[in-house]
Amino acid sequence: MEATITLRVDGEERPVSLDTRTSLLDALRERLGVNAPKKGCDHGQCGACTVLVDGRRVTSCLLLAVTQDGASVVTAAGLGAEAEGEPLRRAFLDHDGFQCGYCTPGQVCSAAGMLREARAGHASHVTADLSADEIPLDDAEIRERMSGNLCRCGAYPNILAAIREVAR
Amino acid sequence: MTGVAERAVGAPLVRRDGPLKVTGRAAYAYEQPVADPLYLFPIEATVARGRIVSIDAAAAEAADGVVVVLTHRNAARLAPDADPELRILQDDVIRFRNQFVGAVVAETSEAARYAAGLVRVEYEEAPHDVTFRADHPELYAPESVNAGIATDSVFGDVEMALAKAHRTIDHVYSTPLEHHNPMEPHTTVAAWHGEDGSGRLTLHDSNQGASTARSMLAPVLGIAPERVRVISPYVGGGFGSKAMPHAHVVLAVLAARLVGGRPVKFAMSRRQTFTQASHRSPQIQRVRLGADRDGRLTAIAHGSIAQTSRFKEFVEQTTFVTRSMYAAPNRSTTHRAVPSDVSVPGIFRAPGETPGFFALESAMDEMALACGIDPVEFRVRNEPEREPETGLPFSSRDYVACMREGARRFGWEGRDPAPGGTRAGEWLIGTGMAGCAYPAYFLRGGTQAAVEALPDGRYRVDIAAADIGTGAWTALAQVSADALGVPVEDVDMAIGDSALPPAAMAGGSMGMTFWGTAIIEAARVLRERFGERPEPGARVTATAPDNPHVGKVSMHAYGAHFAEVRVNADTGEVRVSRLLGMFDLGRVINPRTTRSQLIGGMIMGLSMALHEEGVRDPRFGHTVNCDLAQYHIAAHADVEDVDAIWLDGDDRYYNPMGAKGVGETGIVGAAAAIANAAHHATGIRVRDLPMTPEKFLR
Repeated sequence: MEATITLRVDGEERPVSLDTRTSLLDALRERLGVNAPKKGCDHGQCGACTVLVDGRRVTSCLLLAVTQDGASVVTAAGLGAEAEGEPLRRAFLDHDGFQCGYCTPGQVCSAAGMLREARAGHASHVTADLSADEIPLDDAEIRERMSGNLCRCGAYPNILAAIREVAR
Repeated sequence: MTGVAERAVGAPLVRRDGPLKVTGRAAYAYEQPVADPLYLFPIEATVARGRIVSIDAAAAEAADGVVVVLTHRNAARLAPDADPELRILQDDVIRFRNQFVGAVVAETSEAARYAAGLVRVEYEEAPHDVTFRADHPELYAPESVNAGIATDSVFGDVEMALAKAHRTIDHVYSTPLEHHNPMEPHTTVAAWHGEDGSGRLTLHDSNQGASTARSMLAPVLGIAPERVRVISPYVGGGFGSKAMPHAHVVLAVLAARLVGGRPVKFAMSRRQTFTQASHRSPQIQRVRLGADRDGRLTAIAHGSIAQTSRFKEFVEQTTFVTRSMYAAPNRSTTHRAVPSDVSVPGIFRAPGETPGFFALESAMDEMALACGIDPVEFRVRNEPEREPETGLPFSSRDYVACMREGARRFGWEGRDPAPGGTRAGEWLIGTGMAGCAYPAYFLRGGTQAAVEALPDGRYRVDIAAADIGTGAWTALAQVSADALGVPVEDVDMAIGDSALPPAAMAGGSMGMTFWGTAIIEAARVLRERFGERPEPGARVTATAPDNPHVGKVSMHAYGAHFAEVRVNADTGEVRVSRLLGMFDLGRVINPRTTRSQLIGGMIMGLSMALHEEGVRDPRFGHTVNCDLAQYHIAAHADVEDVDAIWLDGDDRYYNPMGAKGVGETGIVGAAAAIANAAHHATGIRVRDLPMTPEKFLR
């Protein structure tokens, strides 16, 4: 079964007809040629497909594209237009926060979403004060909140350093 | 080099491919633009051994969007003497669970996946055996092990020495089935150009060496290598699993033969990679050590048993580096294997050294305790003057300096050796260390590079090298710049394409040795022929000269890991609070990317120590936990303070750059350091990885 939806991808209106079985990730990669989000597991276990949908980080492999009609999707390619985008890119380069680069678009999108969540007072597993309006991001908070984004190259200490710099 | 002041090598340059990677614009294999592609989904065997009785593909063929169903009945013939792992769909025999028995090719990935589920395959099942144990009746001695290394070595009389020793230890260590899991699953996009398969083949493929992929695939397909082009500019990690092509590449190539020149895209699912992308075999090792009253080793005996595939042998060189690590007059090393009805194991980051050093360096810790000597001091006391089993001099060996300086930086001095002495709340805290060595392998000569003069004093360097996350794009430009005596900004690199001059793969920590040597030679010849100001278009292709020192000196990178671990007394949870590696790497070409490779290796060692274990179901023969939720690899929250540093060095026996291998060095010994620290924290010695919480609850 086919459906036609419109996604706003990195600021651009992108109408697309697709099989209703198509995930948002496959809609981006295979239908729209938007390859910044990566497929690492297709099960929501690795985070390589992380994008921002309407400002929140999501694993795009776990969303059916037809449920996202009208959504605004920001990938690592379009993250420069967001406030955190350029500082995160710069910090990942300076701190060598990646090696093979395959998890990286998901890491930077996840970091952007995570910074917003902490500012909005969303608690994590390691948050001490659950009632705070804004959660200060110490190393333990950053590690915990970024644990949905796996990096097999083991760039974690450098990713931490990059995000810590931007979170300051 | 060329006598010009060295400027680029040694500079911590930011990765050249970095801007493309942080914006998601680097095009990995699946993302390379191709016209009018089709999508492949594989059909996997649901029995571990037997024969295909029938295949009913009618429903799949009739499904919307399906172009063709590939099985052994319509697959093109492959070379009869081809690598058994790659010679797929040539008969009805099932050799392991999840073996590819066919594929559906369709207009969309959804249609292909759905239709693959419609194909009905009936099997005649035969008894299978995937069990692995030391007393397995089929245990045998391979003729040689990986990299052509001798199966056994014997010097002196180990049994006599152990009988006479002042102190002895005798322990069995085990490491489980482990899976590489690079973040980019193995991907191939295959397209045939020309009539009836007589034409050319283009592959956009994720691999560790485009030249290796081409030279291995062409004979399987029965065509000349010149008719295969492999394009792989960006590769999402490999760790050995992409060193050589696996069956998925051949599956895509066979499918592409049936679809009239349209490209066929096949990215394996994460689950499929657990079977198809090779794995590290589980291993059982026995280490026996004997020492005299002064803590000097009189005997070292190290034996390993690995599981291999019944239809293609692969056995890691697990006890190989034990032959060169510590002095002792009486020595023995062995490798044995158990054949199983499983897919083919393969090389995985420091094959041999990684599991081998978990056992050896755990045993060294146990012996240091038995002798009442500090673990660093015990190792220093057993430092050989020459390589023990060959008598060769070392090209350079700063192992002792790594231990001494690492200990100083870590704060090792004054450590109470008694286990279980430090507790903070519910946490038991301990420290441990382990040695590290990684040999120089010189397996594949013949790497070439081309240097071409461009307008405005710029140069382009062409070489079919691979950057799987190592930083090769950047480091090779640094080597090139110094070889040409120009600023690094004036060098354009081209890598990752088999159309470029052929090169060794990124594996065995050999890449820089071969690639850099070829580039320096090409630059030398260019200057010799065309001088300092060559006309644009002047081009030289040169072959890396063979290393004249191979077989005359013993060449290894060295290191020492220091770990601080805390173990929860109530839950058994193990946390690595600190991990510091101090290394002897010769000369470091790019400190920024080198540190990343080292800490990445150490973190993979941490992951091996604490988390990773593939569980095979003996009834069905498959890996049960074949996804990233059930096969846990270290995540952000698992990794605390990890750092790597190194000594100044320059080993001109290795290569003209003076650089030793880095990519694999960081992982070797890391798991042992963590296990030793966990023992120091708790008094509990875990000899079977991974060190999951229940092993500390007694």
